[in-house]
Amino acid sequence: MSQKPPAADVVKEPSMLKQKEMIEANYERLSGAKAQGRKVASTFVPGNLNELIMCFDLANNLPEINAIQNGMRKKSGMLIMEAEKRGHSEDVCTYVKADLGMMAKGNLGPNGKPLPEPDVLLLSYTGCFTFMKWFELVREQYKCETLMLHVPYEGEGHATKSMRDYVVKQLKEVVIPGLEKVSGVKFDIDRLRQYLRESAKAEDDFVWVLESAKRRPSPIDAYFGGVYYIGPIFTAFRGTPDATEYYRLLRQEIAARIAQGQGPITPEGDFGQEKYRLVVEGPPNWTSFRDFWKMFHDEGAVVVASTYTKVGGLYDLGFRHDPDHPLESLADYCLGCYTNRNLPSRIDLIEKYVRDYEADGLLINSIKSCNSFSAGQLLVLREIERRTGKPAAFIETDLVDPRYFSAANVKNRLESYLQMIEQKRRGASPRAAA
Amino acid sequence: MSDTAAIVAQCEAMFEDLSFTGVRAWKAAVPGRKVVGFMPFYVPRELIHAAGALPFGILGGGDQLEVIHGDAYYQSYICRIPRSTIELAVTGKLDMVDAMLFPSICDVIRNLSGMWKIMFPKVKARYLDVPQNFRADIGGTFYRGELGELRAMLAELTGKPATDDDLRASIRAYNANRRLVREVYAFRAAEPWKAPSSEVYLVMRAGMVLPVETHSKLLADYLAAAKASDRPKRDNSRIIVSGAFCEQPPLNLIKSIELAGCYIVDDDFMLVNRWEQSDVAEQGDPLAALADSYLRDSADTAAKYEPDQARKGRYLVELVKKRGAEGVIFAAPSFCDPALLERPMLQRVLASHDIPYIAFKYAENSGQMQPIREQAGTFADSIKLWS
Amino acid sequence: MRCFIGIDLGSTTTKAVLMDENLEILGRGITNSRSNYDTATAVTKQEARIGTRFTLFRKALESQARNGRAAIEAVIGDLERGFRLEQFLGQLEQLHQACARHAEDPRLADKKRAVAATLDEIFRRLRAEAPAMFAKGAARRSDFFRDNAGSRFVQIAEGLAKESGLAYEDLLHVYDKSIIEVESRVPEDDSADKFARGFARMTADGQAAFEPAALKRALDAALAVEIEETYVVGTGYGRVRLPFPKEHIRSEILCHGLGAHMMYPATRTVLDIGGQDTKGIQVDPTGIVENFQMNDRCAAGCGRYLGYIADEMNLGLHELGPMAMQATKVPRINSTCTVFAGAELRDRLALGEKREDILAGLHRAIMLRAMSIISRAGGIRDQFTFTGGVAKNAAAVRELRKLVKENYGEVHINIDPDSIYTGALGAATFARRAVN
Repeated sequence: MSQKPPAADVVKEPSMLKQKEMIEANYERLSGAKAQGRKVASTFVPGNLNELIMCFDLANNLPEINAIQNGMRKKSGMLIMEAEKRGHSEDVCTYVKADLGMMAKGNLGPNGKPLPEPDVLLLSYTGCFTFMKWFELVREQYKCETLMLHVPYEGEGHATKSMRDYVVKQLKEVVIPGLEKVSGVKFDIDRLRQYLRESAKAEDDFVWVLESAKRRPSPIDAYFGGVYYIGPIFTAFRGTPDATEYYRLLRQEIAARIAQGQGPITPEGDFGQEKYRLVVEGPPNWTSFRDFWKMFHDEGAVVVASTYTKVGGLYDLGFRHDPDHPLESLADYCLGCYTNRNLPSRIDLIEKYVRDYEADGLLINSIKSCNSFSAGQLLVLREIERRTGKPAAFIETDLVDPRYFSAANVKNRLESYLQMIEQKRRGASPRAAA
Repeated sequence: MSDTAAIVAQCEAMFEDLSFTGVRAWKAAVPGRKVVGFMPFYVPRELIHAAGALPFGILGGGDQLEVIHGDAYYQSYICRIPRSTIELAVTGKLDMVDAMLFPSICDVIRNLSGMWKIMFPKVKARYLDVPQNFRADIGGTFYRGELGELRAMLAELTGKPATDDDLRASIRAYNANRRLVREVYAFRAAEPWKAPSSEVYLVMRAGMVLPVETHSKLLADYLAAAKASDRPKRDNSRIIVSGAFCEQPPLNLIKSIELAGCYIVDDDFMLVNRWEQSDVAEQGDPLAALADSYLRDSADTAAKYEPDQARKGRYLVELVKKRGAEGVIFAAPSFCDPALLERPMLQRVLASHDIPYIAFKYAENSGQMQPIREQAGTFADSIKLWS
Repeated sequence: MRCFIGIDLGSTTTKAVLMDENLEILGRGITNSRSNYDTATAVTKQEARIGTRFTLFRKALESQARNGRAAIEAVIGDLERGFRLEQFLGQLEQLHQACARHAEDPRLADKKRAVAATLDEIFRRLRAEAPAMFAKGAARRSDFFRDNAGSRFVQIAEGLAKESGLAYEDLLHVYDKSIIEVESRVPEDDSADKFARGFARMTADGQAAFEPAALKRALDAALAVEIEETYVVGTGYGRVRLPFPKEHIRSEILCHGLGAHMMYPATRTVLDIGGQDTKGIQVDPTGIVENFQMNDRCAAGCGRYLGYIADEMNLGLHELGPMAMQATKVPRINSTCTVFAGAELRDRLALGEKREDILAGLHRAIMLRAMSIISRAGGIRDQFTFTGGVAKNAAAVRELRKLVKENYGEVHINIDPDSIYTGALGAATFARRAVN
């Protein structure tokens, strides 16, 4: 397994530096929260209500992001084993176990300082069953206020008025009063509107970035690069001028790449020739993230669209936070996250991506931890092949459990898949597949 | 009155029949009848009954089904029940099912609802979300709306919209059934040697495929026969089985626990039979009554949120006391998110009340029972030593 | 002559196929993969070239039209035995030299002479018994020098150690070091010389139908052909470490699909069960892979599963199939988990079930998993080709046939005893296609 090269080798653009500063500042805000008398909320990425949390001056702690950070820093394996030692099954989600393991091991953030105990758990129950158990487990330890926001699943492929009313009512009657009580700050709907207005600005630029991948060559990688691009908007920054500025910078950089006909930027530098355009379904593996990415760009494979970058909202289908209908738009946001959509809708979306982004096929990275994504992916694969006539492939890894990443296995499948695409392209010629 | 053996043999035949002949016969008896399949853990069967359809509980393929095509849809880290259920369907064993309901138990069953829509487009498949907010004006309103939509879907399916009176009649039928179920459970807890768990399991399981009226009669008959039976009392330990509310353990596993010296005095197999712990109101708005019952007095299980940390897991402690149990066996299907994520929390609550427990995993087709016998046997012995 | 070579580096064996520009297979080679892929590649290539010489020899004989097939086979068989004996003696000589050097180990200083003398005696006996090992109708332990020489060395050394008062471990130590050394060396290509000496060893039996001079001419003609390595393609699991430039590497899945197509052009679905993985592959009418699925992390359904069962039952891997064929019924074994299968096995044995029956059940379990993988890849289409080590197992084949019939009806099933070369054949075909 390759080690990260020294920082000097990694190409950094202004937007990357900006995001790095933002993340570091948020961790500083978190680790200094108690000293500054600031209350802390923990919540999940899909359907996260960052604008609402900011209305109560709460610091926003996202356990999924902590797990990802620990995964990329190669600490998650030890944390997961710690949780398993404490009675958690090897079968269940490793985000949860990495988080519980971290809590058991001093709860240190990526900056090396302890993360604060949460004052409130905002259990935005959107698109993932495990979220509910996760915060029950965290609550068991901290005994803190826990606010359940039950977001119904779009089982019939769309949100109904009844679902929306239900979510809005919970916001009004449960979440907002609960956050007022914990923070001591009175809810101000105009403040929320202001944040939502800011969100919508960033969302426009974010969508422009995602859709830039329709070009040939694509100036971005919408999966490996994409996970950085979703950072601010899916986490503790949506609704802040910082996020707006980040997406402005990012858009500028990508526009420049387009002007120069350049492909995506990778940790190893510029991408070579674009040989394959893929749509990827499923979250990435974090423990070997760079090795995993390298397997793609070594082969000239660029990801032009991904579903993982939609777990925090499907902005490219037109959704925007709406300051004129603040609570309703938060409800719609929660309801419309990718994993809260039923399987036929997910397949329709992937099919659309394969066509709109002129992809050569679909690659599914099936994640052991995540049944919300994974259960049914083999049907997704069949359906996409059937509908688009493009080949699909299946690889299996995990989020942050290094025991479930086999580089040889993944590489074998990925290369077989890419060569199969290549062979099919040449299938018509007599010197087939040379 | 029949003796227990005859009743149990009848139930066992239904249990082993993977073609579900009884369900087919019910449907064929009257033209136009519809069958509505449902997955664990709970659906409001009253609505299906009131629409004139047969609620048909589908609990996987058990240990006698060879799964080939179902396996093709699932990675090795996903539990067994969805793959064997797909196997049943693709091999035509569920071709009498006109609609399928998938309750909000976990992401695997949730996604199966969408898979069903694609794989079996002629079957009306619906995901049923139950509220995780338990206030009548919030969760209750939402759930009543869900029930209304389900009622409309079923009316469309059967062509016979259920009136409020129909629904109240169905509620009465299921109240009667649930009272009998509770009686059987209470009797087993009181005199477990007269109602072995493998028998009770089969009798309860019959409720998944029989019309409620027939099942109620069967329960009453079994209860009478069991009470009249004369079987030796053994020096067994009294335990509760927890975590088996979806994918079912093989019958052999239940038998193995008993053979190892444990009386099962309560369990969470087939919660749908006793989801409502008291009678649902038989007057007034029937949907509101069902919703109210859900919010106010439904069983606790891992798929349901517990808003109050202080009450987390208390139901199990209370059940231990109520049943006079001496320990808990956590038996969860491999890869079952709800049961396995819940388990450590329940274990800590039990530990704080000095209630002993053991835990293992199974699959619906587990073949080897030796480890189960050993663990359950050791547990039974250790309970006796401690007490 | 322009030749195209495909090499399949497997975790246990390395295979080579050599073909001409008309896609005719001329030679095949196989060797143990060792820990050194470069050596394994070179050795297996040499073996494929040797095979090619035999093919050319056969062709030369066939051109002498008056000779019947049986006579030609007799000659070829005779020459091959002589050649393999010479090859064995050559390798034995190298091993002897290496052993002699390792006997100089300072650790053995006080018994240097005794060790050397004993080694000489061991190799004298090995040489003496070699002709019997390669005699007509003799069964050899393996195709690999390491297995054939090693097993006898150990036996002889054990006996002699007692007689000479030496520690058996000392001799074994010398052997272990030497065999690794010999195996990591690419033997020089002196096959022409070995052919000549093998020819000299030919018996009257083989030559009966031929004039000696004509035979010699045919052999000289076969040896005179220049085998040009026009293009080489490599494949194999963990291709990261293959000793080829990137553009000479093809995915094993693609090679396998194409190889199956080359063997059975009407193949549309391929199942390969190897030691490490199980693959379901769909190919189009030209051999292009359309879809594939492999087993996931779970090893159930791979050859390894059977290996594990063999270990559990204290049987040889090759004994499982024949024993399972003796079953009177096939019980349902549900544990697809390799680890649990062992527990279930012991449980059932304890309950008095017949070993043969349990084994039949296990074979069915492994084939059920394989069927799921194929189903995942889109099911079975006519014709269906089954390859890999498990394809040699009669019980596995029997269950597969049943399952195919139950699930897909009448399907033509191809099973080739040489299916171990499928990947290398595909690779050689790719090599051919790479050159105009």
